[in-house]
Amino acid sequence: MTNILEVHNLVKNYGDFHAVKGVSFNIEEGEIFSLLGPNGAGKTTTISMLSTLYQPTSGDASIDGISITREPMQVRKLIGVVPQELALYEDLTAYENLIFWGQMYGLTGKSLNKRVAEVLEQIDLVDRARNRVKTFSGGMKRRVNIGVGLLHKPRLLFMDEPTVGIDPQSRRAILDSVKLLNEQGMTVLYTTHYMEEAQELSDRVGIIDSGEMIAIGTQKELTKQVGEMETLVLHFDESDDAEKMAKDLSNVNGVIKADASDHAVTVIVHEAEEALAPVVSRTNELGIKVRSIDIHEPNLEAVFLHLTGKALRN
Amino acid sequence: MKKLFIIGLKDLKLVFRDKPALIMMLLAPFLLTLGLGFISGRFSGGSNTGISNIPVVLVNQDRGQLGQSLVDVFHSKGLADLITPFDETDLQTARQMIDDNKAAVAIFIPDGFTESIIPTDPIKTDQVVMLDLYTNPTMPTSVGVVKAIVDEVISQVEVGRVTGEVVVMQLIRNGLIQPQDAIRIGMETGVQGAADARASQSIILKTSSNDGGEAQFDILAYMAPGMALMFLMFTVTNGGRSLLAEQVQGTLPRILVSPTQSSQVLGGKIFGIFLTGTSQMLILILASTLLFQIKWGDPAGVLVLVVTSTLGAVGWGLILTSIIKTPGQLSAIGTALMLIFGVLGGSFVNREILPNWLKTLSLITPNAWGLDGFQTLALGGGLKDILTPIVGLLTMGVLLFLISILLFNRRGLVKG
Repeated sequence: MTNILEVHNLVKNYGDFHAVKGVSFNIEEGEIFSLLGPNGAGKTTTISMLSTLYQPTSGDASIDGISITREPMQVRKLIGVVPQELALYEDLTAYENLIFWGQMYGLTGKSLNKRVAEVLEQIDLVDRARNRVKTFSGGMKRRVNIGVGLLHKPRLLFMDEPTVGIDPQSRRAILDSVKLLNEQGMTVLYTTHYMEEAQELSDRVGIIDSGEMIAIGTQKELTKQVGEMETLVLHFDESDDAEKMAKDLSNVNGVIKADASDHAVTVIVHEAEEALAPVVSRTNELGIKVRSIDIHEPNLEAVFLHLTGKALRN
Repeated sequence: MKKLFIIGLKDLKLVFRDKPALIMMLLAPFLLTLGLGFISGRFSGGSNTGISNIPVVLVNQDRGQLGQSLVDVFHSKGLADLITPFDETDLQTARQMIDDNKAAVAIFIPDGFTESIIPTDPIKTDQVVMLDLYTNPTMPTSVGVVKAIVDEVISQVEVGRVTGEVVVMQLIRNGLIQPQDAIRIGMETGVQGAADARASQSIILKTSSNDGGEAQFDILAYMAPGMALMFLMFTVTNGGRSLLAEQVQGTLPRILVSPTQSSQVLGGKIFGIFLTGTSQMLILILASTLLFQIKWGDPAGVLVLVVTSTLGAVGWGLILTSIIKTPGQLSAIGTALMLIFGVLGGSFVNREILPNWLKTLSLITPNAWGLDGFQTLALGGGLKDILTPIVGLLTMGVLLFLISILLFNRRGLVKG
């Protein structure tokens, strides 16, 4: 397999703030590569540089051998971008939006009309094509948003957290469409802070935190880093309880790491069965009521916690 | 270039689907014009033109009757509200008053003016003595009004002169008078004819258009462009706001990651604002022509003025967009600027009543130049008569465009 994307030591600074600190990775043609990291990790900034929207402070990347800094216009012809926020004209119809964005990618005449018709089929909006986007549900708007990125049949598709803020049904539809696009040969760079999405979709995952790529590999390779460790997720009614428990559980026998996020504590343990009893007994001693407990096999959440000392959802 | 048009046409389509924007762009100026028309009595037969106390300096060195007649016209009761006459004996003083912005027009009636029209000495019949009008370029409306009055007087004098000639010729042919009495009788008849002509038709704000047809000055022809120009400022700032809004909504960054140059995007947005402004002006002109029977004047002049006024206004819209950071700020400041320019540029009150320094300051507004041009056209002027406003507006548009491009280059279309 050849690399369609090669990223070399990409840096983006805003004054004293270092948003991206020398990120390097490759994506092979035909794979789905996920950038997994919490909010503010530098995922969107990285995609913005790769899609030539932002100029990197230093470093470079090439898409199909073409430099993003030296030949941005050539790069733009090869890539499709599905931004995190909906980037559509709500007072135009779905059809008018697709026509406009197709024209921005240089499509004209019959080829434009043909592609718009194909994409409308693909996103299952043929019946609503002549309705204004502002009349659509959130899921339908997301589909148009994705459709725009597909119009010119890009070699590499950047999808920046495309499932944020939508209902489970629409999320399912989007994940299925990403898989379908990949089956049809499209290479996808997918960013998310949902571990489940990265696990379901990706051939390989890059874990990014505070502007640094802290691990890259297949899911198997990454989970190997945490060995046979398992994860307990304790859910509480009060977020204060979670904070208190996270600090306290770090000292409990068998617990490797514990970190609070919202109303839950993620606890990395060697053996879930062995650690469960002391963890529960400690919560009872502190008089904190546990709502529920999940036990997970080694996963990307555990990898993230292992590498950064904090939960992915933070 | 093609993408520039595509972006511009997309923006035009979006504006015409935005109901609140349409209300501000089209309905508000239309209703305000209508309201001001009612206040001015335009729809009830009133004659309030909104123009008054035009300062006119009269320097009469003519020793004949016609010079004095002209002076009398400007001192007449009928024009008392409209004209404030100043009599001077010295042309230099009169010119100084114009230079000091104390008067709109200085009318110099030279010695021999009457003699040149109604000669008492047959040998000197070829002598041509002309009225000299020294005009103030910062008061084009008043100048237009005064010129119309002078034209009217001259045409009445001409009526009198022809009347006198015909009467005298008939009397001589029929042997009713002797040739030596011809001059005296001709003069008496001519003066009487001119007086009759004047009596039969009061002097009104009336002048002739380029094509020889008559153009009546209409208060709505002053108000309608005033309102249209004021709300044109809303349109251009709203267009600028759309550029900032597209940054926030993410559509601008999305265009910028397509194979489209920043210059094409900016050009497209500017073209869109220009198209919208021009469309707004033309729709308002068409609607007011059809519904209020406003005579805007020379169509070619109107079209050129619409285009140049929009260019000047777009320049201001771009400057604001290149300085202001958020759509909300731009809306607020744009509305304030629209009102300030409206007041300053003469959309509400004739700017000739403003103090001199404000009158000079008002030249930074497209409203002032545009309104001057539209009034000149409504008073019967043609394209050549509105060259000053056209050049003023073009200069304003180009200058502001260049400054805003520099500012956009420094700032970038998107932050990053």
